[in-house]
Amino acid sequence: MSQILPQEQIDAWKERVTGHAHPMELVVDVLRAIQAHHGWVPDAGVELAAEILGTTPLRVEEIATFYDKIYRRPVGRRVIHVCDSICCWSRGAEEVVGFLRERLGIGFGETSADGCFTLLPSCCLGACGEAPAMMIGLTTHGNLTPARILAILAAESGEAAP
Amino acid sequence: MSGYPRVLFKNRRPGETLFLDDYLAAGGYAGLRKALKTMTPAEVTATVKAAGLRGRGGAGFVTGLKWSFFPADQPGEKYLVCNGDEMEPGTYKDRQLLLADPHQLIEGMLIAAYALQAPVGYIFLRYAYEDCARNVERALGEARRAGFLGTNILGSGFSCELHLHRSAGRYILGEETALLNGLEGRRPNPRSKPPFPAQKGLFGKPTTVNNVETLANVPHIIVHGADWYQGLALTEKGAGTKLFGLSGHLNHTPCVELPLGVPLGEIISDHGGGVWQGRNFKACLPGGASTPFLTRAHWDLPMDFDTLAAAHSRLGTACVTVFDEGTCMVAATLNLNRFFQRESCGWCTPCRDGLAMVSWLLEKIESGRGTPDDIPMLQDQLRNISGRSFCALAEGAMGPVEALLRLFMDEVEDHVKKGRCPFN
Repeated sequence: MSQILPQEQIDAWKERVTGHAHPMELVVDVLRAIQAHHGWVPDAGVELAAEILGTTPLRVEEIATFYDKIYRRPVGRRVIHVCDSICCWSRGAEEVVGFLRERLGIGFGETSADGCFTLLPSCCLGACGEAPAMMIGLTTHGNLTPARILAILAAESGEAAP
Repeated sequence: MSGYPRVLFKNRRPGETLFLDDYLAAGGYAGLRKALKTMTPAEVTATVKAAGLRGRGGAGFVTGLKWSFFPADQPGEKYLVCNGDEMEPGTYKDRQLLLADPHQLIEGMLIAAYALQAPVGYIFLRYAYEDCARNVERALGEARRAGFLGTNILGSGFSCELHLHRSAGRYILGEETALLNGLEGRRPNPRSKPPFPAQKGLFGKPTTVNNVETLANVPHIIVHGADWYQGLALTEKGAGTKLFGLSGHLNHTPCVELPLGVPLGEIISDHGGGVWQGRNFKACLPGGASTPFLTRAHWDLPMDFDTLAAAHSRLGTACVTVFDEGTCMVAATLNLNRFFQRESCGWCTPCRDGLAMVSWLLEKIESGRGTPDDIPMLQDQLRNISGRSFCALAEGAMGPVEALLRLFMDEVEDHVKKGRCPFN
């Protein structure tokens, strides 16, 4: 994690940018690549993205701070996005949030003491037929019950061991 | 199950995705072949217009009419963009489509791109739909290898490239001009209209933005014709089938394909298995978080664009969220408004400050701290936000608030009178 992005990936992105008619079109992809490698996007990540894309850090920053799935602060090894929109709300999302908070000992925007999980609220995940739902990483989990949440947390914390 | 014909979901099998071989075996790419070999671009647009297809992303604009505004004959860069941002709470139909049958979208896009003479298309997908993104990526690769995508498609002389764009969250990207800014790598605030995307869209060039489900309808219209498509709907003016995604207080919450014009009550009883826990139906959002509530009085209402508009609501995305008799409509409206408040891009004052004010008032009323003055203040906010925001986000947010004050005023007043939520 010491490096924001491996050199070969930086080179590959720079190659894609060269000759690209609209390099800025790749800004979200570059930020997502940095985040996939580094876990979140630090200031140095914004600067790196600007260098790759041939633009200013400011132009990258105004993108990075807009999207809620780009993390500009340190997060745990797994980020839990719990849906709090209407369909999940109607089927127990508040209980799911309460259970997660109690189980992990954290509130929204916080990271568990072992550095494993960050808890964030999310708008609708498009899993309305399987409400209540949450997304961890890029995987959506629906039909949540306390037992299912425990099993998912156990599996994720095992995979995310440092 | 109902005896209604399935069009968009005809190849859908639980837990499976249909890829190229099976798509071809099911008659896939016949629409593209027919369009490229036997029709002019203008004929394709005319057919889609005659079919009466209306946009499935929420606004319901006539697709063929939108295409007819596009300067297809103008040389140079032009773009087709597929809006797969699908982030309006309650809406999950495009995801079901892409999980089941991704080639259907690609074929629809290629036919649309031919009609518009757009050599480049983008598929814009939301962050949470990584499973769909992988399906689309694989399908694009298959289509390219099979000669359906790229240069000189099927020897027709028409060339088209399609690119997948993965986003990183925020509901506002579903607004077409915010989406275009997002695609360009600009901060995705909506743009001022005019100029409309058809004149000045992506990278300043003519652009048409269509929803996933809208585009998926196109191959079927081309293969079977406009009359057949119109005949699919149960209403006289309606056309086609629609994906209805069910959610909320129902026994079953599937996404089903039904003809436009199916009565609301039939959807709830036959496909949702009725209201859960033996309770009674109280209200529903007919088509996403921005559509005004319907009540028991609308049970027999045909679900179509014009019929819903006549009932002071909107078909929206036709993803129906049901509330049982135990639901506090003030609390439900507060939840909906908090969503819009958080997802506001902050560009204009009515949206940025107005939605926060509405949440504050609803919170006050819901928690029993409301005063009689809060109700006219809420009405005042409704009047001053509606029609005065920069884009449709705040307008949509006012849908449920307006319906709350129109249909459930007694419930709102009861909160104030009792000094508590009567449902707690």
